[in-house]
Amino acid sequence: MIATLLLVHLPAVLAVASHPSTVDVSVFAVASAIVLAGGVGVVVARNPVHAALMLVMTLFGVAVLFVLQRDDFLAAVQVIVYAGAIVVLFLFVIMFLGVDKEENLRVEPLRGQRPVAVALGLLALVGTLVLGSVSHWTTGAHAVSGPADAPGGNVALLGRSVFTTYLFPFEVTAALLVIAVVGAVVLARRPPATRPEGSPGAAAMPVPGSGEGGAEDADEGAPADAEAHPGTGAGEPDGTGEPDTAEKAPAAAGAAGATGQAAPDVTDAAQAAEGVAR
Amino acid sequence: MNPAALVPAVPATDPLYAHGVGLAVLLIVLIKVVVVFGALMVAVMLMIWFERKVISDMQSRIGPNRAGPFGIMQTLADGIKLFFKEDLIPERSDRFVFKLAPYLTIIPAFLAFAIVPIGGEVTVAGHTFELQLADPPMGILFLLAMSSIAVYGIMLAGWSSGSKYPLLGSVRASAQMISYEAALGLTVVTVVLVTGSLSTRSIVDAQALHFWQWNAIRLGVIPFLIFFAAVVAETNRPPFDLVEAESELVGGFHTEYSSIRFALFFLAEFMNTITMSAITVTLFFGGPDGPVPHIPHLYWLWPILWFLGKTIVFLFVFVWLRAALPRMRYDQLMDLGWKRLIPLSLGWMLIVAGFLVDGWWGVAMAAATVVGGVLIARAFSVGAAREEDRAILPPVGVRVWRRPGDPASAGPEGGDGR
Repeated sequence: MIATLLLVHLPAVLAVASHPSTVDVSVFAVASAIVLAGGVGVVVARNPVHAALMLVMTLFGVAVLFVLQRDDFLAAVQVIVYAGAIVVLFLFVIMFLGVDKEENLRVEPLRGQRPVAVALGLLALVGTLVLGSVSHWTTGAHAVSGPADAPGGNVALLGRSVFTTYLFPFEVTAALLVIAVVGAVVLARRPPATRPEGSPGAAAMPVPGSGEGGAEDADEGAPADAEAHPGTGAGEPDGTGEPDTAEKAPAAAGAAGATGQAAPDVTDAAQAAEGVAR
Repeated sequence: MNPAALVPAVPATDPLYAHGVGLAVLLIVLIKVVVVFGALMVAVMLMIWFERKVISDMQSRIGPNRAGPFGIMQTLADGIKLFFKEDLIPERSDRFVFKLAPYLTIIPAFLAFAIVPIGGEVTVAGHTFELQLADPPMGILFLLAMSSIAVYGIMLAGWSSGSKYPLLGSVRASAQMISYEAALGLTVVTVVLVTGSLSTRSIVDAQALHFWQWNAIRLGVIPFLIFFAAVVAETNRPPFDLVEAESELVGGFHTEYSSIRFALFFLAEFMNTITMSAITVTLFFGGPDGPVPHIPHLYWLWPILWFLGKTIVFLFVFVWLRAALPRMRYDQLMDLGWKRLIPLSLGWMLIVAGFLVDGWWGVAMAAATVVGGVLIARAFSVGAAREEDRAILPPVGVRVWRRPGDPASAGPEGGDGR
């Protein structure tokens, strides 16, 4: 533990202590080894959870590489967003769907994909090396918008570029993410259950404007719900029901949406979503 | 996990490294690390004792009173006992991950404390340095990164146990921690906005000298309250301790753990409590800021005492919450997080940002927040009205679901002949 705390300081000490290039090279070598080991591990690991953990290792290696480029803001964001949110959601889905079982790696779903993957990887490597040495794609500059250790640091630089030069791409990305979230919620939350014989408003989507109508439909379907659900509800040890499902909807959205479309009865879809969330 | 991932390549504000690195500097860093480590361990020991004592006082009990004066060595005795317990690993567990998980919990808990400013500047043998383990330029983001890593420990502990209740506990834990991290981050953003820097040292310096400069007061009390609620949820402390709800989940994610691995989880939990109290003090209560009496050679002591005093207040609040409040239900927890804390913190962040630009922008943002809040409240009430009719579990005591005031569905079979 002390060693871990010491590690916080070690590169900073080394960076000033000795010749920068040696430190740069050694940190780069170690970080690259971590990245590569993690990357290979993702492919080779038989258990999906282990693969996800290997992915986290890769992301940490990339964060170290960012620090090496003096971009510690990006390093922190890398850890917060990718390791802290995205892979956690991966794990979430893996655990919910119960696919955390060992797989036989000898079975190839697509025939010949491995040789093709190796060939493409080699091609990309050779291409990068050739372009890096021949063309002007690599400049060797650490920063393009100013020195990284200017006052305010690269946080200020990054903020300025994102909110001035690259404002439009930034906002478009934000809109894209919002659309994805809304789409996931719409897909995951099917309209309220109705009687099989069907009332006219049965297919009404839960849009904000149709609040009263949707509530009315739900009223009609309430007895069916009450009958359908105790079985599932009683089997659920933590006693958390629909709100639980609703909150996790973004995580399980894809799976729930797919199941919901396949199922003819809406109640089944709700149960499926619940099963996913469990 | 590699802690070196979050190391600044160039120490920005700590003047320690500016003179180059000699033996003395290395020694200072080494001493800082060892002292922080030791102090944290002792603090955890005392914190467990403190919690047990305060809780027993509030419940009219005596609490630990055998080991040492006032039972203060009780934690040490428990620790020694746990070391010698049998270390069980369930047969259906994932052995590697099962062993890894406690360390993934405790390392972030330790590391997050590194950015807390404990005191002012101290000069020893010609070297001036800050009483703070590290002051990276990414500053407070380091805390967020560590708290997002802490999810893994609990999540993997539950999963790798290969058992039902731990899995449920860990699923709850990760959903809860991710949800409250959003509110946590948004309130931290208000502090960063008003400071203009991410570094914890700058955050503390910006609040110095007057208590009305403290962020808790300067930002309005709301961000502090949201932050503290989110912190309690993030540390899985009562009333948000659904992760280890004994009455529902046996012990939650650590059900299958025994011996020292079990102790590590508790060490991490109390370490997190201490770290989060310290961070709350740093962000909202000026950290080591406070009046310093003019006593020669002891000028460095007062900031430390102020820092400790404020931190202990929040430690007490943590314990107090545990004694006073019942555990929330899971849907209440999620409602509070997503429907109240996150919109509120988002709106407050907009208002703070607006006032930083211009007074009129601030007023406009406040108006926009109010309008948005009304819209969201309306949407929630519509959604809640719909949810009521889709309740999965029938209300207790009523065998057949019946709509109030509807004779048609009042029959014993639900009224629709199915």
